[in-house]
Amino acid sequence: MKKKHYFGRGAMFLLCAAFAVMFLLPTVLTITNSFMSESEIKANYGMIFSTTTGGYVSKTVNLKFIPDKVTLSQYITGLIKSPEYLLKLWNSIFLVAPIVIFQVAVAAVAAYSFTRWRGKIRSGIFFFYVILMLMPYQVTLVPNYLVSDWLGILNTSWAIILPGIFAPFSVFLLTKFMRRIPYSLIEAAKVDGAGEWQIFTRICLPQCRSALYSIAILVFIDYWNMVEQPLILLQDADSQPLSVFLSNINTGEIGLAFAMATVYMIPSLLLFLHGEEYLVEGIANSGSVKG
Amino acid sequence: MKKQKLNLQERTLDLLKSLCFLFPSLLGVGVFFIVPFGVVVYYSLIDGVGSKNFVFLENFIKLFDNSAFLMAAKNTLSFSVVAVPLAVILAMCLALMLECRIPMKSQFRTFFLSPMMVPVASVVLIWQVLFNFNGTINEFLMVFGVDKIDWLQSDYCQIVVIILFLWKNLGYNMILFMAGLANIPKELLEVADVEGAGEIYKFFAIKLRYLSPTVLFVTILSLINSFKVFREVYLLTGDYPYEKLYMLQHFMNNTFRSLDYQKLSAAAVIMAIVMVVLIALLFIAEDWFGKDVEG
Repeated sequence: MKKKHYFGRGAMFLLCAAFAVMFLLPTVLTITNSFMSESEIKANYGMIFSTTTGGYVSKTVNLKFIPDKVTLSQYITGLIKSPEYLLKLWNSIFLVAPIVIFQVAVAAVAAYSFTRWRGKIRSGIFFFYVILMLMPYQVTLVPNYLVSDWLGILNTSWAIILPGIFAPFSVFLLTKFMRRIPYSLIEAAKVDGAGEWQIFTRICLPQCRSALYSIAILVFIDYWNMVEQPLILLQDADSQPLSVFLSNINTGEIGLAFAMATVYMIPSLLLFLHGEEYLVEGIANSGSVKG
Repeated sequence: MKKQKLNLQERTLDLLKSLCFLFPSLLGVGVFFIVPFGVVVYYSLIDGVGSKNFVFLENFIKLFDNSAFLMAAKNTLSFSVVAVPLAVILAMCLALMLECRIPMKSQFRTFFLSPMMVPVASVVLIWQVLFNFNGTINEFLMVFGVDKIDWLQSDYCQIVVIILFLWKNLGYNMILFMAGLANIPKELLEVADVEGAGEIYKFFAIKLRYLSPTVLFVTILSLINSFKVFREVYLLTGDYPYEKLYMLQHFMNNTFRSLDYQKLSAAAVIMAIVMVVLIALLFIAEDWFGKDVEG
């Protein structure tokens, strides 16, 4: 009986390991390939990206783990020599940073309201936020486009930043976190004569510091990865973020694209390594649309 | 009498205070989502932004005659119908696997979750290398004597997109299921163990019951994310992919280019209605399935 148990667990472990390899491989390959020289990339993947600019091209595709010669030349080209990629990276940062900061800030205040006071009107509004949160881009982009057009901010980064700030996702999640703060804490502060704003900044915010962090990570990764909004709201190629621009690889620059793809995943991977526990907690708490 | 009056005053004061805190968010949501959506509904019912004649359902009827829309809707639907249940079931399997006592559990969790943090644009290159006609997967299959498959330019593309979708979303869903599993009362499982219940019985009779709110949420979430698979498709194959990969978002993008407000509005309204109906149905199903469990 016990032997069978061990066998089962061993099989389970191997299965997990196999899954783990599949989940990790694409990311790891992108990173290792970014250290290859352009000629090596060309030799390996020339068949796919059909570069005709000379050099040796292998007849078959060689997906390689470890570069023959590790070189940083792609990074040097991408980050120092050609400003184009760097500009797109700045675009990404300038779009995403304000969205993350202000979405969380606006949400914190709103979540306090939903936590502190209940009532028919307010739960109606909250329910409406949940519905709005569940709407796909295909529904929300048309309204966003119309408003941007009226306000004259179409084709500027405001067209993406402003709707991003007011997206209801973090209001929903933060409310769920805040409702767990014991009510006695708030009562005690009230007895001590604290005003609402003081209760909010001195008690609620410190209590859900980790929640704020986990929500910021979730919002960050969502917008760092955006494709739909810039395609419609930012028609100008120069103002596109790197998440869209990376796919317009010039056929001669695949190696460079690998390097920039790696650069682009560094911020989110760093956040992941640092805040995984918070992230997991954040996801786990988003786990129910009810209550 | 006096007390009641004070109460009323207090309640109005509370409402005012709560609205103060809610104001920034409500203002933004109103300006960027609610008001323009009202206009979208209005646009979907008139014949042109200039002429403003009320035509009721004509735009919707036209939309259902539009072959591009029908194709996009069909493709999106057939993708979601397969991808969403897979995303739910496989994620649940992963969570159950990690529940067993195996070594390196937390590392596995990290590994499974990591694709979520990788921007689609970053891994697209590797997907191209893998799924190209001369790519690695075909090379690998050739060893077993399988003919080359043109993954992205044939009906196999749907399989590719489902794989990419699962790769990205399984980790997130798995975390939700792990949280759901952690909420099942331990005593209940212990009692079942004492009574000699098998693993399979325990799963169906106890765990699945308690997981039903999680299943509901993961299904809704996967449904929403299944509309985002456009990202992968667009970054891999551009504006006009193989016709089986022409998604609703492609249709919207291409309609935006001609700025046909009537078509866009009608499509957005239909999508909104479909989403609300689907979510309501899922809620009803969950209510019915999990009614005898006190959450």
